[in-house]
Amino acid sequence: MAATRALGPAPSKTPDKPTDAAGQAPRRRPRAWRWADIAEFAGSAASALLLTWLIFDRFLPFRIQGVAFFVAWYALTLPIYWLVVRDGHGPVAARDRLASVLVTTGAAVALSPIFLVVGYVTYRGWSVIDFGFLAETMELTGPLSGADDGGLLHSLIGTLEQLGIATLIAVPLGVLTAVYLSEISGPLARPTRLVADAMTALPSIVAGLFVYSIVVIRTGWGFSGFAGSLALTILMLPTVTIAAEQVLRVVPGSLREAALALGSPYWRSVLLVVLPTARAGLATAVILGMARVVGETAPVLLTVGGTNILNVNPFSDYQDNIPLFVFNQIRSSKESFVDRAWGGALLLLALVLVLFVLARLAGGAGPGRRSRRKKGAAK
Amino acid sequence: MTTQESEAPVTGQPVGGTLRGVGVSAWFGARKVLEGVDIDMRAGVVTALIGPSGCGKSTFLRILNRMHELVPIATLGGSVLLDGDDIYGTALPITEVRRRIGMVFQKPNPFPAMTIGDNVMAGLRLTGRKTANREQLIEESLRRAGLWNEVRNRLGAPAGGLSGGQQQRLCIARSLAVRPDVLLMDEPCSALDPTSTRRIEETILELKDQLTIVIVTHNMQQAQRVSEHCAFFLAAEDEPGRVVEQGETEHIFGSPEDPRTADYVNGRFG
Repeated sequence: MAATRALGPAPSKTPDKPTDAAGQAPRRRPRAWRWADIAEFAGSAASALLLTWLIFDRFLPFRIQGVAFFVAWYALTLPIYWLVVRDGHGPVAARDRLASVLVTTGAAVALSPIFLVVGYVTYRGWSVIDFGFLAETMELTGPLSGADDGGLLHSLIGTLEQLGIATLIAVPLGVLTAVYLSEISGPLARPTRLVADAMTALPSIVAGLFVYSIVVIRTGWGFSGFAGSLALTILMLPTVTIAAEQVLRVVPGSLREAALALGSPYWRSVLLVVLPTARAGLATAVILGMARVVGETAPVLLTVGGTNILNVNPFSDYQDNIPLFVFNQIRSSKESFVDRAWGGALLLLALVLVLFVLARLAGGAGPGRRSRRKKGAAK
Repeated sequence: MTTQESEAPVTGQPVGGTLRGVGVSAWFGARKVLEGVDIDMRAGVVTALIGPSGCGKSTFLRILNRMHELVPIATLGGSVLLDGDDIYGTALPITEVRRRIGMVFQKPNPFPAMTIGDNVMAGLRLTGRKTANREQLIEESLRRAGLWNEVRNRLGAPAGGLSGGQQQRLCIARSLAVRPDVLLMDEPCSALDPTSTRRIEETILELKDQLTIVIVTHNMQQAQRVSEHCAFFLAAEDEPGRVVEQGETEHIFGSPEDPRTADYVNGRFG
């Protein structure tokens, strides 16, 4: 509970004990948790645990196990803790502590799925991932091969290519739209913003269906990595646009005025002052857009096709990517295939993690760093 | 230090342009904030605009280099002549007007994504012009703004690391680098401490032989110290601002003709 607070000795216990040679009074930390506070909570929890055990294992005529036990334990802890604190510190403190416990519980419950998901995927996928998993394809892997045979090189290549092409299309379009919304804000700004907002909620399968019917079927192009890129672009564009617009909005208006007052045409002030000032935020917006689509399965299912063979050309023929790899492997009844699917899922998580770390790094870069790099490059 | 910095190369510099406001009025939407302002801002003279808050001084200043129209609902009447040409006419492109009439703002606003040197050169990049000698122009502009000795060894550092007063002088250097004829200053010292204020005032006095300066200030002593010409703005309740009195600074502060001016400059109101 409340791990952010430092544990300190109770101020009342050692009020005048000198802490250094100068004989100064010890520093007092009024907000620190005292051992007594922890003992109160631990004691309440322990007594609730025993009470729950008594009820479940001795009094009840039937056995209830699992979740109900923990729920009852938690439910009993609250009133016991309240009574203990009220006895020691009064009713106001008791209500305060109870609220703290409830809020902390809420935060823990909200966080736990993330840790459970990441933890379980890591647990299942860790043993599969090795060098061969990254360097081989599924082309020669039969149903009788073990999980350490075969790999997702073809999917990794596909993901990187499709994500790269989607980024190349969506980022210029998204940033230009953001510049229109925030800098020009012409008559189309309101409807554009509305559509962009609505498109963030566009079901991804609709984007897939759209590209499937227009590009894959109508043009006769067939399944290809590029079709997948187009579907991902549709999903990425509104995310990048809205994130970039918010970043541009926080660029102070005084900088625009300063640029204009120097005699700059409007487009130059945007290009040389507004966009560089927002550079770090724009990089974050781009990476958020990439992270948004890297795990999409439904749109690529309808456009990329999926294959076990390495195809490095994104413009013709079936490709694969990591979400599709996971999807195809997990449906198998063979244990080795299911294991490989978890390996793919873990790799996908790692990819998203790398993207977010990049976003944080890009968000922290300052002008001095950039200029040093520029100077170094000039020499 | 002052004598050393006044040695900055000034040969071949124009001594500034003449700026003349003729019957200038201004509106924000339906609200009229300024009415019939006629002020001559002669070349090589520091003109101070004084008056209480909300009397239209800053609005008038922003009209002088076409920053007023950046507010979508803003409109204006009358005309502003730069060396005889209407800056709102078709003869002068808006970018040329703003290049020739520079502006220093109330709050220092160096470009945070640029280094100190890049900030000085920003005006040239932004107006799409090249310079043969970048280092020389940076040094000259920073010397004219009285900042060279403090930053000469860290031109590659980010501009955000300077103190407020240094940032403001950097903004002055940035404005000077595009060689304006007129420099408008909108309360340039109101966000600064007394020491920085004194440095800026020294800078103004060093610059006044090289270009025309128009300064808006709330500080009476500052207006007396730096300006030769002075215009007193006042807005009655629910009425647009007007120029109550203008003339030699000594005259305005010493023997004003209008009792309202006398009250204001002697600190009895405002």
